[in-house]
Amino acid sequence: MVRAEIERPGKPQRSARIVRFAPLSRTLREMKKHRQSYVLMAPYMLLFFLFTVLPVCIAIVFSFTYFNLLEFPKWIGWHNYTRMFLEDDVFLIAVKNTFLFAGITGPISYLMCFVFAWLVNELRPKTRALMTLFFYAPSISGNVFFIWQIIFSGDRYGYVNGFLLDLGLINQPIQFLRDEHYVLWIVLLVQLWLSLGVSFLAFIAGLQTVDRSLFEAGAVDGIRNRWQELWFITLPAMRPQLLFGAVMQITSSFAVADVSTQLAGFPSVNYAAHTIVTHLEDYGTIRFEMGYASAIATVLFVVMVGANIIVQKLLKKVGD
Amino acid sequence: MSAISTPKQKRLNRSFAGDLFLFLFLAVFAAFMVVPLVYTISNALKPLNELFLFPPTLWVRHPTLNNFIDLFHLMSNSWVPFTRYIFNTVFITLTGTAGHVIIASAAAYPLAKHKFPGARILFAIVVLSLMFSPKVTNIPNYLIMSWLGWINTYAAIIVPAFAYSLGLYLMKQFMEQIPDALLEAAKIDGASEYRIFWQIVMPLVKPAWLTLTILSFQTLWGTWGGNFIYSEQLKTLPYALNQIVAGGIVRAGPGAAVAMFMMIVPVTIFIVSQSSIIQTMASSGMKE
Repeated sequence: MVRAEIERPGKPQRSARIVRFAPLSRTLREMKKHRQSYVLMAPYMLLFFLFTVLPVCIAIVFSFTYFNLLEFPKWIGWHNYTRMFLEDDVFLIAVKNTFLFAGITGPISYLMCFVFAWLVNELRPKTRALMTLFFYAPSISGNVFFIWQIIFSGDRYGYVNGFLLDLGLINQPIQFLRDEHYVLWIVLLVQLWLSLGVSFLAFIAGLQTVDRSLFEAGAVDGIRNRWQELWFITLPAMRPQLLFGAVMQITSSFAVADVSTQLAGFPSVNYAAHTIVTHLEDYGTIRFEMGYASAIATVLFVVMVGANIIVQKLLKKVGD
Repeated sequence: MSAISTPKQKRLNRSFAGDLFLFLFLAVFAAFMVVPLVYTISNALKPLNELFLFPPTLWVRHPTLNNFIDLFHLMSNSWVPFTRYIFNTVFITLTGTAGHVIIASAAAYPLAKHKFPGARILFAIVVLSLMFSPKVTNIPNYLIMSWLGWINTYAAIIVPAFAYSLGLYLMKQFMEQIPDALLEAAKIDGASEYRIFWQIVMPLVKPAWLTLTILSFQTLWGTWGGNFIYSEQLKTLPYALNQIVAGGIVRAGPGAAVAMFMMIVPVTIFIVSQSSIIQTMASSGMKE
């Protein structure tokens, strides 16, 4: 139908429409030409929309409703959001902890990924492979962070307690995971231990692909030391990897939950290690207040994507 | 300083002291990373009396496989045999990973190599999805699963794993390096897109397969079954591990044995595929 309109010689005022519709007909022709591409993408895109895009949309819509899984959702406007920020004290603790976790583990883990990748890259190939394994292994070792439960166990068989008792620094075991002064920091420590993941590998790979001739050119141009070399040559050359790594680290630093529930228990003492994600799980899977849980999920979504976009903008200035 | 650098002075201002300091720094952190893993292995091999030695020791003195034997005794009396948990985890991991590699590659090829309407926006949405954690979609996914009738089925864990966005992203970036001439030649010979994908592109991106494999493997291997699995018959190994550990100090030996098993499999896969993974990661960068 669209094509027919274009081929028909029209009156002057119709020609405006012809110009507007021409790209659409070309689009359709292009789509037809590439139909095999669409078929190849179809299974992935179908599942991706069903399990990733649709759920985000559902969460946003349900965040404006009261929904308990039994009755039909009831529209309540912004009530979930006002309740969250004005009445829910535990949520505010969760927000504080989440930003504390993200603000500490995000930048530190990002720096760790880069610094270790940089140092590892200077080693000879065999040592490099071994060191890469050492640093990367924790992030893929599955639920082994439960070993940290033994290390920080509250009785004298816990390694840290045993060690401190043996040295005579303390007289009785410390309840590391049951004391709100310690538990937050222990969760942070374990989170950092787990955080050298995909970004670390991306940085190693990025460093290996930096063009060697750039360093020689830099020496001619008056680069005097390692640090200048790093800032003016290496970092700009691997900016794409830096951007990718930032996305990975930011996203995981805002999603701290498993380590917290495993080590600190759920709920943790005085909510000391409570995060937005554990709060979400509390309302979504225990209290079945789906509307409120959706509102929490929406806030988390906005915070994560917002932080990512801001950091992307900042990182684009590196080495300028 | 000479303006022209010779091959010998590849790096500038390198002092022995500086190198030593950096090496020590690296060694200390490497130890921090690796000691908990060594504990895991060492604990699994410790006889009972060594597990409760005071002060606790890092190295096992008299290694034994008793913990593994105890584990099987303990779990063979349980309601669901322990082998069932192993089967569930292995089945979920293998099917999910294989499906992910094939389906994500099939979608990555046109996105990397063809310009067609919608390609850019679709890829932009995938990149956006890297910016939030799957935890955001947990609750709505429960609703979707129950509408599909997939609660308490393997499908609830396996099928969403096919569509991990990180895998598609890395595969697409890697495929962009394939020379266009190669694909053009096949096209002139009359090959369909499907054949080009399966017979030309897939063999070329083997390093990226391994990367997608380790990433998907690691996620699925550690999966609890989330909120989707309630039947004891379908529970996974990490769940069993947690049950054993929750049994308290008596179960320390078998717990350590399961933990070691959980850890050793993904780490072995990484050791075998490390160089391919690094090769894939070289193209992981985000373009501006």
